[in-house]
Amino acid sequence: MLRIYFGRFLGVIFICFASFGANFSYAEQVVVYSARIEKLIKPMFDSFTKETGISVKFVTDKAGVLLAKLRAEGKYTPADMLITTDAGNLWEAVQVGLLAPVESGKLEVNIPSYLRDPQKKWFGLSVRARTIVYNTDKVNPAELSTYEDLANSKWQGRICLRTSKKVYNQSLVAMMIAEHGKEKTEQIVSGWVANLATDPLSNDTKAMEFVAAGKCDVTIVNSYYYGRLIEKIPNLPLAIFWPNQDGSGVHVNISGAGIIKNTKNKQSAVMLLEFLSSKKAQKLFTDINMEYPVNPKISPDSIVAEWGGFKQNRMNVVKAGELQTEAVKLMDRVGYR
Amino acid sequence: MKSEGSNSRGNSYCLSGSLQTVLGWRYIPVIVAILVLIPVGTVMLSFLSPAGEIWQHLVETTLSRLLLNSFWLALGVATCSAVLGVSLAWFTAVYDFPGRKIFSWGLLLPLAFPAYVLAFVTLGLFDFTGPVQTSLRSWFGTEPFWFPNIRSRMGVIIVMTLAFYPYVYLLARNAFLTQGKRSLEAAQSLGLNSAQGFFKVALPMARPWIASGVMLVLMETLADFGTVAVFNYDTFTTAIYKAWFSMFSLSAASQLASLLIIIIFVLIVIEQKFRSRIRYAETKQSSRMAPIILTGWKSWAVAGLASATLFFAFLLPITQLFIWAIDSFAEEFNQRYLGFLWHSLTLSGLSALLICVISTLMIYSVRRHPDMVSRMAVRIATIGYALPGVVLAVGIYIPLAWVDNWFSQMAMQLFSIEMGFLFQGTFVVMLIAYMTRFMAVGYNPIDSAMQRVTFSIDEASMGLGVSGWGMLQKVHLPILKGGIFTAATLVFVDVMKEMPITLMTRPFGWDTLSVRIFEMTSEGEWEQAALPAVVLVLTGLIPIIMLTRQAEK
Repeated sequence: MLRIYFGRFLGVIFICFASFGANFSYAEQVVVYSARIEKLIKPMFDSFTKETGISVKFVTDKAGVLLAKLRAEGKYTPADMLITTDAGNLWEAVQVGLLAPVESGKLEVNIPSYLRDPQKKWFGLSVRARTIVYNTDKVNPAELSTYEDLANSKWQGRICLRTSKKVYNQSLVAMMIAEHGKEKTEQIVSGWVANLATDPLSNDTKAMEFVAAGKCDVTIVNSYYYGRLIEKIPNLPLAIFWPNQDGSGVHVNISGAGIIKNTKNKQSAVMLLEFLSSKKAQKLFTDINMEYPVNPKISPDSIVAEWGGFKQNRMNVVKAGELQTEAVKLMDRVGYR
Repeated sequence: MKSEGSNSRGNSYCLSGSLQTVLGWRYIPVIVAILVLIPVGTVMLSFLSPAGEIWQHLVETTLSRLLLNSFWLALGVATCSAVLGVSLAWFTAVYDFPGRKIFSWGLLLPLAFPAYVLAFVTLGLFDFTGPVQTSLRSWFGTEPFWFPNIRSRMGVIIVMTLAFYPYVYLLARNAFLTQGKRSLEAAQSLGLNSAQGFFKVALPMARPWIASGVMLVLMETLADFGTVAVFNYDTFTTAIYKAWFSMFSLSAASQLASLLIIIIFVLIVIEQKFRSRIRYAETKQSSRMAPIILTGWKSWAVAGLASATLFFAFLLPITQLFIWAIDSFAEEFNQRYLGFLWHSLTLSGLSALLICVISTLMIYSVRRHPDMVSRMAVRIATIGYALPGVVLAVGIYIPLAWVDNWFSQMAMQLFSIEMGFLFQGTFVVMLIAYMTRFMAVGYNPIDSAMQRVTFSIDEASMGLGVSGWGMLQKVHLPILKGGIFTAATLVFVDVMKEMPITLMTRPFGWDTLSVRIFEMTSEGEWEQAALPAVVLVLTGLIPIIMLTRQAEK
């Protein structure tokens, strides 16, 4: 008797909770976990909602935390899509089995193959070029050539770097390992460290400010940080140099996305992903944050276009993830903080 | 102690009897400890999954440097905060000097500043590219001249001291206000001068408060990531972040964090061991005597110290933030800020309430039943503050998701309903998470206040038939009021500043001011972050000013 009552009681509780917690209208919205901050992603979502009527619910956090969250939630996760600001975390998401492959002709047309996962589990949405910025009063651009050259003793006491704890530098070094092997890369990075004018800095903007103030002559930054700084203070003696143009090309990373394996809403999520690679959204990526579009049919923002075209490193960015741990260890070994 | 059960049943307060039998004071600390042990235990379970490779790498490369950095940082910040906090508390409580009235509450204002915000503002001002050094260069030419390098160990210690000294100041001042002058009088009657009186009488008597404050500073320093990241000063916490976010090993990160918990736990036990040898008792709030008036160079020296602290820890950074905030106001401000503000206030207010109520119950319980289990439970219950917030956040999230998944599965099997998560993304979870993190912040001030209530008061009240709930309500609460107010303020401000737990557990769309700061700073837009930072600091000032009002009464 008691057991029956208890069972009914449980049933009622479940139904109560379920009606509170459940979301029956899955088809009408896509849930996104985004490491890309609201300001840099919401305009694209709004545009998508306007076009399709499908709403987008999202939450932002660090990529590493979002991965932990997705793993904990497992099968019942509310998330349909993960967006990160680097290839490394997408690679890791694949390693721990969070992402599902997507077959889409549109994505394959819109996104060049080196900017998406060979297993089709993630796709680059914007390109972030990590390049050299130099002080125009102190450096003749003819002096500059490659990332590797910054290890040359002629740059002794002349370079500033952002901390190795930032994923952008980890990706850069990982791609160098992929190209040159561990040993040679270690020599190059320890050359950089030997040439530092001051302790590594906490962000790209700070590094450029140090270059502009004359503490050092060159640094390595993502181009959109340069764009933002110049937009704010136009008369700084700074200019962009595109390195490795005779070799493998400028190191690029991506901000990209993948569909969560346990999504209950794959169709809409794929629609969103395709939309993000479309002309309309790609234009927003470059206009809002001065990043480069992945879609080659879209020309970059006018300010960005002024910096000139350049050859990108076309090695698949998946290497940045594969070799990230290796890169971190290497930088620890040579004392790059 | 044995007689107390029958006493409570005998007394006329119905509530007290029933509450005591239903809840049992005795079990409150244990329940809270279990609640805190779940996330902490989750973090410690990481030892089950090996991360030997990363350990080996750390040991071979950076670990010794990081440990040394953490050690010096903790030592430096704890010492400097203790010296600065205690001396300012002593001067403002006992002496009169120019501006004393303003300083006595003004020196609390830096509490409202998140340490990482103070760090990026200070660095922005005094670094090589900052306005100070830039002006100096333009006045004296561009040749290299000597200027202390702020991106150094010394720089981090100074900034963290400026951010954390108010914990010590607030608690020590509470002690000195109520017993400072009496202890001086006692010392003088023994023929000691005021310096001797301070060191021999007042300081030892204020020990539980000072120790609580320094403990909070120590835990905050060791668990900090944001501030040291601005300075690129690598500590043990840096290794935790690196293992997790760069080398993709949450288990290595959790193992490192577990070590941090163990270190702090040992420190707490040692501190309590030392403390328990001394009995602190003050039967009543001492009557306020007129403050001792300082004259001549002494008064100016004291005023100088207080103004320098206030200037660097609050006035200068808030001015800089304001200037930046004005620049970004048009672009950044919109009506959503009301929402951010409301969310921040709600979370902080409710957490402060929850933590203060539970702390008080716990403290009372340990007082009634000071056995080994309760004492241990209390120490466990307050350990969450020692963990980097982001690690604790995951420790909370994993078991929570597990429970939610279990429920979902049951719902599916029993009723074939597809239901969403019950707990995740709800308010309750956030409150419990804050509780596990900030228990120490609420507990320490109230506990210090409780230590001043002599047991003879308890005995007297029991003799009058007041015990249990009634004793707490009628006898202890009025005496604890100051401590509870202090605790509530500290928790309120700390929750407002909190970032990782808020980020991870917030419901969709439930952004707070600190989430907004995260959004801006994570893309390196420090100046854009000024607006939410200013709003956050100004909001934090409200409870602080209320607190000082209350204390001055």
